[in-house]
Amino acid sequence: MKIKKLKGLSLHIIPFAEVKNLGISERVKKILNLVLGNRVVILHGRLRAEEEARLIEDTMALVDHLKNFKGIELAVIEPDLKKEGVFTKMKYQMAKRLVGDSSAITVIGPASLIKEIKRDPKRLELLLR
Amino acid sequence: MIKILKRLFRSIFGGKKNVKLGFYGPPNAGKTSLANKICKDWTGEYMGEVSKVPHETRHVQFKEKVEIDYKGKKLTFKMVDTPGIATKIDYEDFLKYGLKKKDAKKRAKEATQGIIESIQWLDDMDAVVVVLDSSENPFSQVNITIIGNLVARKIPVLIVANKIDLKKANVKKVESAFPDYEVVGISAREGTNIDGFYESLFKLVKKV
Repeated sequence: MKIKKLKGLSLHIIPFAEVKNLGISERVKKILNLVLGNRVVILHGRLRAEEEARLIEDTMALVDHLKNFKGIELAVIEPDLKKEGVFTKMKYQMAKRLVGDSSAITVIGPASLIKEIKRDPKRLELLLR
Repeated sequence: MIKILKRLFRSIFGGKKNVKLGFYGPPNAGKTSLANKICKDWTGEYMGEVSKVPHETRHVQFKEKVEIDYKGKKLTFKMVDTPGIATKIDYEDFLKYGLKKKDAKKRAKEATQGIIESIQWLDDMDAVVVVLDSSENPFSQVNITIIGNLVARKIPVLIVANKIDLKKANVKKVESAFPDYEVVGISAREGTNIDGFYESLFKLVKKV
């Protein structure tokens, strides 16, 4: 059986502090610029729901205008608090409000590179093309 | 704040007369099939075309004044069927369904615009039915993003686990993915558990 060699995968890690003070447009622009450069972005933290929607909107606008851009694959992995006590949940919610959701990891990559991101609560699996 | 005040006003002076009900979800989950089933049941007309090829609905479509009479209670809806939301569109995917290259490219272009339209319509909904294919993995980020956006906008949500007629259907998995929401398993195509859906829909509208 012939096994194809992976030529390389460029990961770009964005620390939460780097995007903390950016507005919705800047955050989305920063991510999409990296994805357009064929990089897989690993964001420490997660985007707000409105930002995720904006990311999809802007992605679709780019798919419409750029010939070889097919879109993105996106996944978020978060700590599972279902089994934690009320105090821990409250602490988490408070920290989230004060400094933003920095406990999650968001993976965003070009759909031309990533076929699928499989997710289970504590693991992300990137299936490449 | 305005939404909360509106809800308080309605709870004192009676419910909203014409509920704008959105159908959201990923492509090919059966949004239009469900909207068609409801429209056919109560108006005798269909809402839109359905197809095995993803992104058949590429523009937001409406049906005004759909009056549903369930167990003696009447409600009037403006039904809003939206294009499926996705994070990627590749015209080559449509070629597998036998579309010609030119048509596949046109479909892809319209689909990207349809997704933008769907997202822009989110703010206008009074309540939303999120339709998911119960035979597919419910943990996709698109599903989470749609529901997260509805919650952020304080729009009441009902999750429909559609296609329960399929062997691979797993309503329990959908329920475990979204434990904070009511999930109703149906088959829009076969008409299975539509009564259960109407029951949940009337409960949902009370939150509007």
